[in-house]
Amino acid sequence: MKSSFPTLVVLLVFGTICTGCRRTSERSVSLLGSTSIQPFAEMLAERYAKDHPGEFVEVQGGGSTAGLQAAQRGLANIGMCSRSLTAKEALVFTSIVIARDGLAVVVNHDNPVVQLSVAQLRAIFDGKISNWNEVGGKDGPIRPITREEGSGTRESFVRLVMGGERIAGRALTQESNGAVKELVKGDPATVGYMSLGLVGKDLKTVAIDGVEPTVEKVLAGRYNLVRPLLFVTRGEVNPAARKFIDFVLSPQGQSLLAKEGLVRER
Amino acid sequence: MKWDKWIRAVLLVVALSALSGLALITIFIFREGVPIILRVGAKGFFLSTDWEPSLGRFGILSMMVGSLLVTVGAAAIGVVFSLGLAIVLTQFSPPGLSAALKPMIELLAGIPSVVYGFVGVVTLVPLIRHWLGGPGLSVLAASIVLGVMILPTITSIAIDALQAVPRSYLEGSIALGATRWQTVTMVLLRAARSGLVAAVILGMGRAIGETMAVIMVAGNALDVPHSLLAPVRTLTSNIALEMGYASGDHRQALFATGVTLFVVITILNAAALTVSRQRAGRKRAK
Repeated sequence: MKSSFPTLVVLLVFGTICTGCRRTSERSVSLLGSTSIQPFAEMLAERYAKDHPGEFVEVQGGGSTAGLQAAQRGLANIGMCSRSLTAKEALVFTSIVIARDGLAVVVNHDNPVVQLSVAQLRAIFDGKISNWNEVGGKDGPIRPITREEGSGTRESFVRLVMGGERIAGRALTQESNGAVKELVKGDPATVGYMSLGLVGKDLKTVAIDGVEPTVEKVLAGRYNLVRPLLFVTRGEVNPAARKFIDFVLSPQGQSLLAKEGLVRER
Repeated sequence: MKWDKWIRAVLLVVALSALSGLALITIFIFREGVPIILRVGAKGFFLSTDWEPSLGRFGILSMMVGSLLVTVGAAAIGVVFSLGLAIVLTQFSPPGLSAALKPMIELLAGIPSVVYGFVGVVTLVPLIRHWLGGPGLSVLAASIVLGVMILPTITSIAIDALQAVPRSYLEGSIALGATRWQTVTMVLLRAARSGLVAAVILGMGRAIGETMAVIMVAGNALDVPHSLLAPVRTLTSNIALEMGYASGDHRQALFATGVTLFVVITILNAAALTVSRQRAGRKRAK
């Protein structure tokens, strides 16, 4: 018994290392990053595996920033990032836009407000406007809902709307699109933002500067709150990863994404 | 005989490895967290309400106030119900009822916190929003949810404390003509006081460390709450909300938040231990 224990340890260690080898072998691809892209990437991976027997695509969440870190350290073949890269990041990474995503501003169905300007939206989120009657609604407090620090959705919103202003400290902070949705659904005083593809029927979208957020308007370049969804790589890309990226950018991959409510890039 | 030694050695190693886990965690969070506190300065970290990691501002005062408010609120709610339960179960209820109720209260401790949070969001938050105003996600909602969550902790320790009061005290009180209720308030609660205080402190320790349920019902706004109906962010929810994305200084600041929490909880536990030791000491003296 005593002598078999070290053997067991050695076997276990080698076993782990070998599993590691297989997973980074030439026929498997790993993706890590943005939770906004994750559901779409999983859908693509499933379809890809079905069409290409023997290929293996693994998708993990963790957030846009985590995705960049993973791509940099080689923990994943591809990092997923749901915001534009900063100038510094753009020097380090190669990024591929796989689709674009409108950022929808959502309110409760009982809220009479149907449109806001970007300036009004900014004033609402930085706290300068705090009553709905200042933007054409009923008298009552506005409760802005934001996402947590570091979320790709939040960073895109800050870049597209806030123009250097800070989001007010009294804004409610929720940690997922689902939580924002639940809150706006239950409270007519709230206003939030989320991925256009995830809005659904329970919420009302608000026109921004007179333009309704729809996939068509985004495609036509008329709706301005749009962010890119990126696949990010660093250095040389292995052939399996290359092949998966090609699949995502192919007409088939793009129409799968469009069917899920994203805006096709090609 | 040889077996004995072996087993003792193995158990010792197991026990120490559990402790070394604690030591490693402590060293790790302090090593990650303390440098940023020194860099930002204790004033900029503990006494500032300005938390904006992307701009390098790491003030956690509003979250410290948030944790304090929510914990005190939870303790206030938890104490009323727990103490009531403990008194009823040890003094006034027939043995059959106690035997049925006690396991049910302990069952509360087995419900995962995310379930408490979910129930809070779906039922409690809309109720508060509708009847009391505000966003619903609030100090009050978090206090109520946490108050229920710490019920089993406080109740079971309080029951132990009440049962430890010598029977002769109660009999003496009754013999002097006190009613049952007078006996409870004037003799029982006083004699068990230190045990009850320890129960409340341990309950608060659990409340301040709770995360998931609080994230779901507290609203997590960064401002210092100005009323019970205002949203609030606690130290724990701040860590859990931002950990997934954080890197560099931001990550270290979250570890520093953890250090703060660690120190507070250690103080609470030490206080509970001291109080209950005092009681044990007194008893031995008698």
